[in-house]
Amino acid sequence: MTPEVITVAHGVVGYDGRPVLRDVSLTVTAGEVVAVLGANGSGKSTLIRAILGLVPLSAGTVTLFGEPARRFRQWRRIGYVPQRLGAGSGVPATVAEVVASGRLARRGVLRPPGRADREAVAAALRAVGLADRAKDPVATLSGGQQQRTLIARALAGRPELLVLDEPTAGVDAASQEAFAGALRSFVDDGGTVLLVAHELGPLRPLISRAIVVHQGLIAHDGVVPEPAGHHAAPDHDHVHPHGPEEPVGLWSSR
Amino acid sequence: MSLFQYEFMVRALIGAMIIGLAAPTLGIYLVQRRLALIGDGIGHVALTGVGAGLLFQTSPVIMAVIAATLGAIVIELIRERGRTSGDLALALLFYGGIAGGVVLVGLSDSTSANLNAYLFGALTTTSRNDLVTIAVLGVAVLITMIALRPALFAVCHDEEYARVSGLPVRALNLLLAVTTAITVTIAMRAVGVLLISALMVVPVATAQQVTRGFRSTMAAAMALGLFAAGAGVWLAAVADTAPGASVVVLAIASFVVVTLLAAVWRRIRRSRPEPTPTPEPHEVVLGGS
Repeated sequence: MTPEVITVAHGVVGYDGRPVLRDVSLTVTAGEVVAVLGANGSGKSTLIRAILGLVPLSAGTVTLFGEPARRFRQWRRIGYVPQRLGAGSGVPATVAEVVASGRLARRGVLRPPGRADREAVAAALRAVGLADRAKDPVATLSGGQQQRTLIARALAGRPELLVLDEPTAGVDAASQEAFAGALRSFVDDGGTVLLVAHELGPLRPLISRAIVVHQGLIAHDGVVPEPAGHHAAPDHDHVHPHGPEEPVGLWSSR
Repeated sequence: MSLFQYEFMVRALIGAMIIGLAAPTLGIYLVQRRLALIGDGIGHVALTGVGAGLLFQTSPVIMAVIAATLGAIVIELIRERGRTSGDLALALLFYGGIAGGVVLVGLSDSTSANLNAYLFGALTTTSRNDLVTIAVLGVAVLITMIALRPALFAVCHDEEYARVSGLPVRALNLLLAVTTAITVTIAMRAVGVLLISALMVVPVATAQQVTRGFRSTMAAAMALGLFAAGAGVWLAAVADTAPGASVVVLAIASFVVVTLLAAVWRRIRRSRPEPTPTPEPHEVVLGGS
């Protein structure tokens, strides 16, 4: 039997008393590529944020690599790719500097970066096709290239599990292809993937299983469902506002 | 120049340059966090410590360190909650800090000149002991901010990612808060409570006009801070102006000059016929540009 990488048992999450996830249970085993699908507000992003410990469960348990999430400390085994680069700021940072953050889970806070770190950063940049942009400021990249930067950051830590939140939302076709290629070689090397998506696009052949979240419950767990209605159109593109669960900065107006 | 034959001027110069070098290394993280004015707020809180120190005739600087550290930790805990009510809580803390300071200074026997020294700085009164305090704390801030750059960068750049990387996010945030309090308190001697943020933030704002990466921004901001502090004290000595304010005026003048030069440089580069091939081809070709 393949080892279980993620187990959620009867997970419940609520924001301000409003339930977002109600009694969700799922298991992801090593080597699987699982897509979490669902409409906006279905709770699919909340599900992976709860798995990563970014939002607290009000009931139920999360187990990561066989350890209860509360006691889990081997964060270097997980590579997280958020929906987009954080709010950012005026301080410039190069692509290589952002990707180098991916090494911290392995290296720790106190040890200065060494040759292995620089090599891993360079390899991750090659994997997503951004090697020639390493010294450019991240802010000068297109949205798709910024998304690839975040994937390179996760890959730089050489994780066993990649968790991606809507990696292809609003991303140009060239970046989607580069992204699918990077993901394919990660999976070929035995990696496990859990990704949230609105639709799969070029990722579709990679997905081994789909979980559909609907109104805070798991509505489907199994084969990848066929796209229906206007979602099936090849040029169908989703660009949508971000959910209310986003953290609010101290000085932001909301 | 002859002013620098006096020991107090030399001490003022050295103290200012240490602060000018150290303050931007912290300030860059605050700017990245969009908390550029936090130093100002913590400065207000430090003033209550100064007032308490003058009233109880203990060291105002040590009391200021204590008050500023407590204030910084409270602000960080409010920030962590990240709700809009934090806004009001911050305002209460800041104005409470400065009002408390003024009341306490008034209750003590100190003169208003004494209060002014803390509000606007009193570099030329830097004693040998003060200089030792500035040097020790300044170097500690400098080393911490440079040695922990990868981790602090990660936390300030993307806090959630840092959390999923297993970094001690809360400890690093509190470290930044406490370092801010310490920097504010030592910079209080140089530029005063009301101008502290300038030394932390303005060199960073200037540097990022022309730099491409975080590391180069930090290095350029340190050089600019060092220059503004050194040249500011020299200018104050020559023109007989207030040293703290002169340092800040020079820092802001460099910001204006660099911003203008950078704009001119970008314009020149744009008018030249494409010096290097751009990495991405243009999607459309517009005539005449």
